[in-house]
Amino acid sequence: MADELLLTVNGEPRRIAPGSSIADLVASLGLDPKKVAVERNAEIAPRSTLAEVILADGDVLEIVHFVGGG
Amino acid sequence: MTDTTAANPADTWTVAGRTFTSRLIVGTGKYKDFEQNAAAVEASGAEIVTVAVRRVNVSDRNAPMLTDFIDPKKITYLPNTAGCFTADDAIRTLRLAREAGGWDLVKLEVLGEARTLYPDMRETLKATEILAKEGFLPMVYCVDDPIAAKQLEEVGAVAVMPLGAPIGSGLGIQNKVTIRLIVEGAKVPVLVDAGVGTASEAAVAMELGCDGVLMNTAIAEARDPIRMARAMKLAVMAGRDAYLAGRMKTRRYADPSSPLAGLI
Repeated sequence: MADELLLTVNGEPRRIAPGSSIADLVASLGLDPKKVAVERNAEIAPRSTLAEVILADGDVLEIVHFVGGG
Repeated sequence: MTDTTAANPADTWTVAGRTFTSRLIVGTGKYKDFEQNAAAVEASGAEIVTVAVRRVNVSDRNAPMLTDFIDPKKITYLPNTAGCFTADDAIRTLRLAREAGGWDLVKLEVLGEARTLYPDMRETLKATEILAKEGFLPMVYCVDDPIAAKQLEEVGAVAVMPLGAPIGSGLGIQNKVTIRLIVEGAKVPVLVDAGVGTASEAAVAMELGCDGVLMNTAIAEARDPIRMARAMKLAVMAGRDAYLAGRMKTRRYADPSSPLAGLI
């Protein structure tokens, strides 16, 4: 097993320890999980499950929030 | 000074079961900073603001966030799909928005081309239908076409929002006839979305019988956005009152207001 998993987070490569959950990733980015939404491999990851979903090597994640717009 | 805010407290409007007093929806883009944005929202009296859904900046985690300045518990956030050119992209964006915000009332816009930002109605209709089936309550940006508006309503739009002129153009309401026809035919709220440049144009939208007006650039790009926000609030209220009051009939020639009898 690799020492680290390679993810793509918002289009950029990012490494994380094996066994990490989506909640761990969000916390490692310093984000408030209540203010973001996460998509994993083009599927919504419901907020209630973020701590349960374990990341896999090659996962593609999108983490979004609300910004100003018309 | 007379109270200009309480025109008619009972005059509310309802979209998808949610009732609002303010008929002005404002965007949150293009402002100098979040402070100015928040002050403009306050001055506008808006109870709903549109917001966009974008990637978080993972390299600058201390960047200020919109939610720190405009409280989603006090002001209804209406997530939009600005920048989406296909139904699939718009639906994906709104699924994320629903997860981020936890609410179903959304603004759908599916654009056809970058130059005019004109809506792609084929994709818009498709997205509206799918979103409605997934339990979303889509308020839909659309062309000023009474037939298209009807079709949107049939597939589940909770409000239709025809453009007055291209997004960000400030050209004012270009086709009053089609906006009026949409209002007359609609069973859901009609809001002019896009094209308003100044206060009189917001009043025109309301005088045509629209339930509300949505704008961003007209306020954000005014020299004094906060003052313009207030002007828009008053214009929307004035236009609404004029619509309810029922305007006089026009005449081809003059009709004196002073009595003709008793002239010296």
